[in-house]
Amino acid sequence: MKDEVDTREDRVANLKGMGCSRKRVEDARFTQGKGNYVDDIKLDGMLFGDFVRSPYAHARITSINTEAALKVPGVLAVLTAADLEPLGLHWMPTLAGDKQMVLADGKVLFQGQEVAFVVAEDRYAAADGIELVEVEYEELPVIVDPFEALQSDVVLREDLVGEDGSIPAGAHGPRKHHNHIFTWEAGDKAPTEEVIANAEVVAEESMYYHRTHPCPLETCGCVASMDKVNGKLTLWGTFQAPHAIRTVVSLISGIEEHNIRVISPDIGGGFGNKVGAYPGYVCSVVASIVTGKPVKWIEDRMDNLMTTAFARDYHMTGKISATKEGKITGLHCHVTADHGGFDACADPTKFPAGFMNICTGSYDIPTAFLEVDGVYTNKAPGGVSYRCSFRVTEAVYFIERMIEVLAIKLNMDAAELRRINFIKKEQFPYTAALGWEYDSGDYHTAWEKALTTVDYEGLRAEQAQRVEDFKAGKTRKLMGIGLSFFTEIVGAGPVKNCDILGLGMFDSCEIRIHPTGSAIARLGTISQGQGHATTFAQILASEIGLSADSITIEEGDTDTAPYGLGTYGSRSTPVAGAATAMAGRKIRAKAQMIAAYLLEVHDNDVEFDVDRFVVKGAPEKFKTMKEIAFAAYNQAIPGLEPGLEAVSYYDPPNMTYPFGAYVCVMDIDVDTGVPEIRRFYALDDCGTRINPMIIEGQVHGGLTEALAVALGQEIAYDDMGNVKTGTLMDFFLPTAWEVPNYETDFTVTPSPHHPIGAKGVGESPHVGGVPCFSNAVQDAFRPFGNTHTNMPHDHWRIWRTANELGLHD
Amino acid sequence: MIPAAFEYHRPQDMAGVLAVLEEHGDDARVMAGGHSLIPMMKLRMADVPHLIDLQDVGGLSDIAVDGASIRIGALVTQADIIDHQALAAAAPILREAALQIADPQVRYMGTVGGNVANGDPGNDMPGLMQCLDATFTLVGTGGERDVPARDFYEAAYMTAREDDEVLTAVTIPLPSGGYAYEKQKRKIGDYATAAAAVQITKSGGTCASAAIAMTNLSDTPIYSDAAGAALVGTTLDDAALKAAVAAMLNDIDPTEDNRGPIAFKKHVAGVILRRAIERAWSRA
Repeated sequence: MKDEVDTREDRVANLKGMGCSRKRVEDARFTQGKGNYVDDIKLDGMLFGDFVRSPYAHARITSINTEAALKVPGVLAVLTAADLEPLGLHWMPTLAGDKQMVLADGKVLFQGQEVAFVVAEDRYAAADGIELVEVEYEELPVIVDPFEALQSDVVLREDLVGEDGSIPAGAHGPRKHHNHIFTWEAGDKAPTEEVIANAEVVAEESMYYHRTHPCPLETCGCVASMDKVNGKLTLWGTFQAPHAIRTVVSLISGIEEHNIRVISPDIGGGFGNKVGAYPGYVCSVVASIVTGKPVKWIEDRMDNLMTTAFARDYHMTGKISATKEGKITGLHCHVTADHGGFDACADPTKFPAGFMNICTGSYDIPTAFLEVDGVYTNKAPGGVSYRCSFRVTEAVYFIERMIEVLAIKLNMDAAELRRINFIKKEQFPYTAALGWEYDSGDYHTAWEKALTTVDYEGLRAEQAQRVEDFKAGKTRKLMGIGLSFFTEIVGAGPVKNCDILGLGMFDSCEIRIHPTGSAIARLGTISQGQGHATTFAQILASEIGLSADSITIEEGDTDTAPYGLGTYGSRSTPVAGAATAMAGRKIRAKAQMIAAYLLEVHDNDVEFDVDRFVVKGAPEKFKTMKEIAFAAYNQAIPGLEPGLEAVSYYDPPNMTYPFGAYVCVMDIDVDTGVPEIRRFYALDDCGTRINPMIIEGQVHGGLTEALAVALGQEIAYDDMGNVKTGTLMDFFLPTAWEVPNYETDFTVTPSPHHPIGAKGVGESPHVGGVPCFSNAVQDAFRPFGNTHTNMPHDHWRIWRTANELGLHD
Repeated sequence: MIPAAFEYHRPQDMAGVLAVLEEHGDDARVMAGGHSLIPMMKLRMADVPHLIDLQDVGGLSDIAVDGASIRIGALVTQADIIDHQALAAAAPILREAALQIADPQVRYMGTVGGNVANGDPGNDMPGLMQCLDATFTLVGTGGERDVPARDFYEAAYMTAREDDEVLTAVTIPLPSGGYAYEKQKRKIGDYATAAAAVQITKSGGTCASAAIAMTNLSDTPIYSDAAGAALVGTTLDDAALKAAVAAMLNDIDPTEDNRGPIAFKKHVAGVILRRAIERAWSRA
């Protein structure tokens, strides 16, 4: 038997467990074009639905005439709000406690809003039908600026104003104005204001984190199929949270939850875009019920960019106070948050501004206050966490800019300013002024490693020389050194304070070991490219001693998978990964009893060793997990039920707090505004590392999306509320050409409360990357008097900075 | 992103193409690589009830280089331009420019004929062809005629080509001297923020001739006669470069778009032209 000659090292390698760069099992099908995405689903008699969309950002609808559209060959039905109203489905609840029109109910609030749903035999007939639906609009004044919205007499949401003109409270408390949604506060206002008023040094800055979009390669879509014989609705879709979608569909449709099966097949990227519930889902379900046939709805790229789930759009004003030596004493932050026409932000219920209150960052700031005002405007709804935990990229951008601004005020090196304000290793677990308890960290070690690796002192010397050369007319290129140190807050989250629409944010794993020693595990999460089938099998392999290659991971089918809240906010590893480990430990506990029985010793006399239980002190006496699995099913063991299965629902005791240190070196052509990234170094600490190769891939992807956002990616509107960046011609999606070589590095500071110490990594590079790229641009101009300029740093905005600083002839 | 219904024609020869054009007038459009026309049809910005695919028409895919001129068939792709060794030797600016158009996938489909005939001010080949003083051959039911590239463009998507004519070839007098195609763009696949095509000859230490054309800085490509003239007879000192840039700025008329406002575009146009001239001069 081969096993007898295997060394322990061989046995560890054969497991392909945690810590090894196991190749992604998903890639065999993805690289051969054999993935199965929503648009690959084809059912007999399937119809296709698509939307008539509003060309106006704010208008009253005076009439909708569907006659001509219904005459198009192949067009079967045109749904309007009037058709949905008897079902109570013309509006739907949003994840943020607001409600949103499914189809325009008398008016439209943003360009691209869904007005009517054309159902046809194929998508070509639907497109022709859309052209012929006649909608008469009466234009209304458009508001695209949230500050103007709070002053304007124009009422965007008449449904949220009382008949007497009063403004009833919203889901998150009192509202100050008819276009105001909520005010959310964290921290201590008066003490913070007092500290800042009396501080030796105060730096202030206003910054706009522009509106952008997650733009996954695959757009949103679904196929709804109502089986009228058995009353069962099956809904395939690009859902980042299939179980939550099932519950929401049940609640709004009245169909019992056991009669709804939601399936997320392969998903081509989510990045937050696929968390929410969209009118297309509701209309497809209704259309399937009405026609008795399956109905598919798939967004095109313009629909996706213009209507489903924008990100950011935060106007942030900060004050940061410090001693003359640079010790930070207080932080004040106010945000005016542009939520668009409906509040459809995807945040835990109690956090209408997400985890923006992580905005004290990685620093020991004793006093802080945060206030966020949400505002309605004539823009698309959304406000999702694009490759970050809830609003964390906004928070980290804010603090990492405030640190730079303070460094300028203090005339101090920004790396040193960070160093003297970091939370110290011995302060963990650390309770921040705005309430979070950071689980673990070793910021100084990471920072010194990063600065040493890039030769920070050398870079600063080179930069100083470059400034001299520039002033002497020897070069027209400036050099910027971008720094960022971020702390993420991921793994939402503890059910005691994290829920979405009342659904607690635990997650789950169910494991079934087969008699021959292979296994299937099902989880409440859903991979959108993260490689769950690879990494969760690795966690299990290490926990239960079966090779990862013998473990199937299945997600996304609510009829088979245990209930969970899905994948976003880097929660899969912190929550479902923990559930996986805990379920694996239940398997192992039973396996230990079986092994002891088979080895004829007491339970406590055997111990787990890689892939087997051995008798303590007698390693030649053992039973492998394969042998144990067979015995579990086929041998009568006194006191034990047959079988080897386990399920775990994991409610995390705390969030996890990954962190990292990034450095970007950039050359900027002052005359054209073109930036060139010479070097990018990214050190990530995500706690225990499950698969280094997948981590590296995640870091590359997150940095690339950070580069996009920092250097040009935006959803821009003109004054009439027209989207100016509705195609990939103008919406910046970087290709290999625009992406630099990334250097990745790591430290390991395990999470003390997570079963395997893992913290999550998918979003860290985005959160840390955006301020790093931005800081590099801004740092290049610091010697010439720049304090702050807003992103995105596209060519013309960089050129404008140079121009305003008098750097052109 | 689904076009309105259209009839698809795939004639086997030019006579077949012209017959469809004659029958349907401006309801018909010919398509080479389709990289300009198809997106406009999908956005329903172009209504083309009759689409004529040129792919089966023979004789449009050749590149011929002789002692005096270069002839490029309308269906020659950007990738063909890049790969053709004799062409690269005879007119290296063509390869330099083609490498800056879109990405390899697009360049395998996008054609020279489509690029110059469509009249999109963002396309790179029209300005390049004006710089090289190319001639476009148009074939219609009334016969064949040649139109200089410098006279071809009237406004955005408006050219000297009649609705019943097909652009079949581009003829370029063999260029000499130094060359450069300089382009600033936001990303791969983007149109130019500003681009300059420059071809310069040197005699002794001074500039003997200079041809300069700019891309995406007006509603047509801009051949700036004055900019070239400002260089002739000079040693391309700073004053000459400034004069050329000033002359060029006088000829262009950029508009604001997502790439930036007019002041930015003018500034960048000047920088790009200056760099193109300097590079071309270094090769002259």
